[in-house]
Amino acid sequence: MSTQRTDSSVFESADFDSHETPDIFAAPGEDAGARVFTAQGGDWDDIVGDVGSLPEERIVVNMGPQHPSTHGVLRLILELEGETVTEARAGIGYLHTGIEKNMEFRTWVQGVTFCTRMDYVMPLFTETAYCLAVEKLLGITDEVPERASAIRVLMMELNRITSHLVCMGTGGMEMGATTVMTVGFRERERILSIFEMISGLRMNHAYIRPGGVAQDLPAGSIQAIREMMPLLRKGFHELELLMNENPILKGRTVGVGYLDLAGCMALGITGPVLRSAGLPHDLRKAAPYCGYENYDFDVVTRTGADAYDRLRNRIDEMYQSLDIIEQVIDVLQGHAGPVMVADKKIAWPAQLAIGSDGMGNSLAHIKEIMGTSMESLIHHFKLVTEGFRVPPGQAYAAVESPKGELGCHLVSDGGTRPFRAHFREPSFNNLQAVAAMCEGSQVADVIVAVASIDPVMGGVDR
Amino acid sequence: MTDTPTPDDGLLPSAPGTTPDPVQRGERHGMFGATAGADTSGYGGLVSPILFPGAAVRPYGGGFDELADAIEATSAAGAITRTVIDRGEMTIFVRREDLSAVMQALRDEPSLRFELCLSVSGVNYPTDAGAELHVVYHLMSITHGCRRLRVEVTAPDSDPRVPSVVSTYPAADWHERETWDMFGIIFDGHPALTRILMPDDWPGHPQRKDYPLGGIPVEFKGGSVPPPDQRRSYN
Repeated sequence: MSTQRTDSSVFESADFDSHETPDIFAAPGEDAGARVFTAQGGDWDDIVGDVGSLPEERIVVNMGPQHPSTHGVLRLILELEGETVTEARAGIGYLHTGIEKNMEFRTWVQGVTFCTRMDYVMPLFTETAYCLAVEKLLGITDEVPERASAIRVLMMELNRITSHLVCMGTGGMEMGATTVMTVGFRERERILSIFEMISGLRMNHAYIRPGGVAQDLPAGSIQAIREMMPLLRKGFHELELLMNENPILKGRTVGVGYLDLAGCMALGITGPVLRSAGLPHDLRKAAPYCGYENYDFDVVTRTGADAYDRLRNRIDEMYQSLDIIEQVIDVLQGHAGPVMVADKKIAWPAQLAIGSDGMGNSLAHIKEIMGTSMESLIHHFKLVTEGFRVPPGQAYAAVESPKGELGCHLVSDGGTRPFRAHFREPSFNNLQAVAAMCEGSQVADVIVAVASIDPVMGGVDR
Repeated sequence: MTDTPTPDDGLLPSAPGTTPDPVQRGERHGMFGATAGADTSGYGGLVSPILFPGAAVRPYGGGFDELADAIEATSAAGAITRTVIDRGEMTIFVRREDLSAVMQALRDEPSLRFELCLSVSGVNYPTDAGAELHVVYHLMSITHGCRRLRVEVTAPDSDPRVPSVVSTYPAADWHERETWDMFGIIFDGHPALTRILMPDDWPGHPQRKDYPLGGIPVEFKGGSVPPPDQRRSYN
């Protein structure tokens, strides 16, 4: 309930004793139509005193865009009657960075480094959706090596756990449960170390590439994952003990943010929110990709359709992810093989090795292009600077992300860059449910309901 | 890989029965994509058409015939102007004035039952005369085993209006607002068609092809960005 602005001119005319300010959200010259108060933090009692002196019953509160409980720069516009929310709307766009437009000006491979920055909590899902769409356009879906698909599954399932941990950690913190946050982020850190070991980066990996993955798993990574698994299980159990039957948490979440199946269908909601309403819809089962049909796991559903069941669903999904990871590392350990398509006109020329400084280089490849084969050098130069061409047409590929269906719609005009790239972000779509979940509830429930949707503004605004 | 692959060189996987009768949307000049500077390669004079997959011919195969039959049975004559089967995906081009009725049927008919409208977005084809703006809908039917369908509607630049589907698919609300914001396509009947990602008073629609990348002076209300040499520095 605080709004900030660095421009001091806004406050020049303001009477600081009463916290009354001009409407900083109004267009230039627009009349706010009512008295406006700006909370700066720590002054809540004064604000309440001032607002209480107003004759109006109806109060509109701008919660955000800068508010610790709104998951980033989300602006919630709430119409209140006392503590009850009579109308709720979400205002977004404060983190719009034009990633889709930028992708039209970079090669198909460079597109990965852009889209990985959309939803920074689940970057590997965005990368995979994008690469699956590019592969569909190229017609090489069946030529992606099995090992590359298995590595994608491994990375995605690890990423699903980190995303759910962030959701629960931040959600818990927003309710005042700091321990949920510290435990969640502690466990997430284990997986980020694995990500760093494999891709060189903790986030924004650009690891999954059209045709496969950037490089094979480095030596020792499977062993590191095996050693991490019992620790993760222990951490998840700790979270369960902390939350599952916690009377305070249940009091805050049971029956809060209710959205039944009809509401989910109308609003296009997918993911844990849909599964909390009882429908076992999961693209990994319903329309498998990357070889998900080869792994044994359950789709977790509950029927409460509230924030509590979504939370429980997420915990159970993390255990299911661990099961998938155990199966996939068995596959990866037994079978060596290529991790990039064989087509040299698409595959990135060098298999980079990770050095002690993170991302390294391939000495064998440098020797070849600089010492022995000029054609290799030309090929490398053309592929890296100009990029490969993709036949004209359009394709849509979707993956089951931790937040729901993450789709990528790509249009190619036969060039070396996407003609149009659009992402169907689950956070963007699901945030539409705020009104349905929050109207009629208490202000404090809004925070819980929004946290149960698990929106990440990087994905919402792109 | 050649500059402009045609469907019969194996690069475009086409469904059985598809004739290589593509739709031309523009042409490509030169070979290397460079436009600045003099052409020294001799390839700069090349002109090749940009060919998008064209209308498929029956039988489509892959279960698409059954879906196409159901769509034809429930829509007005002439409402579906073209059906494209490409890369294992089905796209129907719907006449603009029939969109609302077609979408309603796609959602409600038991043989179709596309419960989810997952995404609405725009594509700007400046060279597609009379149909510069395309709106693309991605539908999914959970009832029929995750069956997917792409619906495409076109509008000319001079009359960028498309009927809204929000009354059928409430989920399209924000997606249509984004498409208006980014492409300037007006969705008739939308309950509150306002900008969603760009600021309310932003001029222009950034994802149209005639809108540049960067170079737009950014102005914050009441504030301005000083030139680099006048900014605060820390050394």
